[in-house]
Amino acid sequence: MADVQPVGEIGDYIADKLSGAITSQTIAGGELTLHVAPDALLKVLATLRDDINCQFKQLVDVCGVDYPEREKRFEVVYHLLSMAQNARVRVKIDTDEVTPVPSATGIFSSAGWWEREAWDLYGILFSDHPDLRRILTDYGFEGHPLRKDFPLTGYVEVRYDDEQKRVVYEPVKLTQEFRTFDFLSPWEGMTRPLPGDEKAEAGEDAEPEKGDG
Amino acid sequence: MGIEPMVQAPGGALIPPGADQDALLNNVTQTMMDKGFVVAQLDNLVNWARTGSLWPMTFGLACCAVEMMHAYVSRYDLDRFGVVPRPSPRQSDVIIVAGTLTNKMAPAFRKVYDQMAEPRYVISMGSCANGGGYYHYSYSVVRGCDRVVPVDIYVPGCPPTAEALIYGILQLQKKIRRTGTLWR
Repeated sequence: MADVQPVGEIGDYIADKLSGAITSQTIAGGELTLHVAPDALLKVLATLRDDINCQFKQLVDVCGVDYPEREKRFEVVYHLLSMAQNARVRVKIDTDEVTPVPSATGIFSSAGWWEREAWDLYGILFSDHPDLRRILTDYGFEGHPLRKDFPLTGYVEVRYDDEQKRVVYEPVKLTQEFRTFDFLSPWEGMTRPLPGDEKAEAGEDAEPEKGDG
Repeated sequence: MGIEPMVQAPGGALIPPGADQDALLNNVTQTMMDKGFVVAQLDNLVNWARTGSLWPMTFGLACCAVEMMHAYVSRYDLDRFGVVPRPSPRQSDVIIVAGTLTNKMAPAFRKVYDQMAEPRYVISMGSCANGGGYYHYSYSVVRGCDRVVPVDIYVPGCPPTAEALIYGILQLQKKIRRTGTLWR
């Protein structure tokens, strides 16, 4: 793998250049995350794209995250890639159900469909979006299915009605309720050492156990 | 492949390769040589024609479609059974629902089915088409394509192998031979 520029340097450079716009920056797993105030988003994205030391010319992804326990429950995450610097950066902003986020379509044309997706699945509003309508869910769908408070099975199901000669929507009627199993998976739930793993756990300094004979 | 060329006797029974089949074929050949025509029961002839050219509507919806493609191409080669994928429902006898049928797709699927000419058959391929499968509790998936169209053959699996799909097609041929009539 090619050398990746230390992301911390880029982060410090950007924080220096855009003092005030970035509320905090963190490095987790060697990846830089910038937390930005919503009204400074467009300025940050434009700078990240145009600055000669950044050149994050590709918007790889825009997605939403729902944290129902927070006051501002949604996070919008932008992933940017700089081919010139061989670096990636993640920009995060907070919002709620009613506060629109400025649309990034003016800076990255690829943002259009992702913002539609975030609107469709989370109900995050984007201001100045040229065509903010649903993109994935059914025609006439109600609700935003990736919200944590959206029921897994939704509200409607379809079947063909032989009398009306068309596919009709009806309230969901399940023959068997969805079951949640609360036991741990064998991969995560195993806390005692696996049989045969003791030697690996003990390390090399431990003396191999010798038999009596 | 263990599929032997069976021959159907005038009574409807299938005769495996062997002395009996040879005798029957020789008899037919001899009659053709002598008289220039043979006499057969019309419904048997119709069933023979229907089972020998089951043209499926191409309806791949998800990963099952890949196994369906495997069944079509050289290794298993469904052309040998007269099964040729068609791009139009007007030319199709059977529709293979290969994959997850979503709520959004359901009206379009029913429309395609309605456009097929009678007699028409449906093969539901894979867990998702059979009963929703992995997505049974999803807000966007039809819990089985039999909620939208009548299904003749269910092929289980996730996804079913190409062999399983071919077995399903052979079962459909058997069903047509057993129940098929001139008029439905």
